[in-house]
Amino acid sequence: MRRMIYAYPSLFLVIGLLVLWQIMFWLIGRNALLPPGETIFYLVRLLQTVRFWGHLAETGTAFVIALAISIVAGLAIGFALGMSRTAAEVFEPFLLAGNSVPKIALYPIVLLIFGIGMPAKIAFGAIHGIVPVMIFTLTACHNVPPILIRAAASMRLKRWDMIRSVLLPAALPDIFSGIRIGFSLTLIGTILGEMFGSQRGLGYLLMTAIGLQNIQVIMSVTLLLVLVAATVNTLLLAQDRRLRNPGGQCL
Amino acid sequence: MRIVLYRLLAVLLPLAALEILCRDRIILPLTLPAPSLIVQDLWSVLKGGTFNAAIAKTLTNVSLAIVLAVTIGAAAGAALHRARTLRALLEPLFSTYYAIPIYAFYPLFIIVFGLGDAPQVTIGFMLAVVSMIVSTLAGLDSVPAVLGKTARVLRLGPVETIRSVTLPYAAPYLFTGVKLAIAYAFIGVIGAEFIMSSTGLGYEIRFAYDNLDNDVMYPLILLILLIAVAVNMSLDHWERVLRTRRERA
Repeated sequence: MRRMIYAYPSLFLVIGLLVLWQIMFWLIGRNALLPPGETIFYLVRLLQTVRFWGHLAETGTAFVIALAISIVAGLAIGFALGMSRTAAEVFEPFLLAGNSVPKIALYPIVLLIFGIGMPAKIAFGAIHGIVPVMIFTLTACHNVPPILIRAAASMRLKRWDMIRSVLLPAALPDIFSGIRIGFSLTLIGTILGEMFGSQRGLGYLLMTAIGLQNIQVIMSVTLLLVLVAATVNTLLLAQDRRLRNPGGQCL
Repeated sequence: MRIVLYRLLAVLLPLAALEILCRDRIILPLTLPAPSLIVQDLWSVLKGGTFNAAIAKTLTNVSLAIVLAVTIGAAAGAALHRARTLRALLEPLFSTYYAIPIYAFYPLFIIVFGLGDAPQVTIGFMLAVVSMIVSTLAGLDSVPAVLGKTARVLRLGPVETIRSVTLPYAAPYLFTGVKLAIAYAFIGVIGAEFIMSSTGLGYEIRFAYDNLDNDVMYPLILLILLIAVAVNMSLDHWERVLRTRRERA
């Protein structure tokens, strides 16, 4: 048994969580929770309706655009700061502070600037996602061995060539970690954005379900979000580890 | 010194630009009042005392979440360090934990705990506790095995061992854990207040937004930013002091 757990921890974890969920259901009761089986059944039924796919497409579009903005802008700012010691030293405290600020408090400002709808959701997702991408890119640039940079300088590489053929490959593992965390935070930000100023999307669905105390919708949408977030993160984490020890066995 | 000057410029220049844009009505006051006005409003809001109850409520809930997360997280981390099988089982949960949109569980907490302070504290606690557990585990992993053996050879009791071997080694990791826990507790509690509750700073901001009351909304947002940044910066400073003291020792 013990060896089995060491071999497939995720499998046993999922089983354990399902059992825990069922026990919670027995303890708390039907007016607050649904059992796992029924939730999955209801989620499958939701997935067969056209309206649900509309919400899903809305959230998906907002999320993809927000993620693209987070990654591109985060990399650009991270590299710009990473290539100059002074700039990095000046701005690093701001980035770290940006990480610890409850960004949800900024949401009204985003709404006032962009109005209710798609742009506000995208902006809110991007605000969440861009911070880790910037911080990890900046750190990654600093962790590049100085000898590589000196070699590149002695070969008189142009700024862009320097990024493309020296900084990017050397910093890739750290940058990938930043993108992985950025992915999760962008998803969280997009959903949060939809919970307020929005008429469509999964966040909106959750918010109306809270108002109506519709436990079926709350549970199945939450389950869907957790499944998607956990699956993608697990895949990215596997890739992350592969990047960190190339050639070796992946952990 | 030059760096500090640049940092100051990096804050002041955008602020000055905003001030000019707002005063010239290129940015309308309905979108953003001039920064100087926001500061003035914050001062009068704080002096008027209308929101003292909300501020106190938020800070109490955040502190509660921090204390719970740090104590339970450290205890759970120490226990998991011993229970290897359970740790192997939970490791995948820890590595995906922060990818899960925890706010999605908020409606469930409301149904289970009712509309009091418990759901907000729970969200703050749940966000914070895992970073404390993971940091504790990392800290305990960092203690070299040989030191544990030395302690046994010297017949140190468990309390002595923790005090003179484990803690000094694990302290930097524990500190990182506490720092993260504090940031997450703020994010969790204020976010939960914002989504659905009837008290606290998050709720007051939402209420002011719904009523387009910019004279209240922007000062309160500024207040939250100031608190978060101040706490974060003082912890950073403290961490740096501790680190230099260690290096000197």
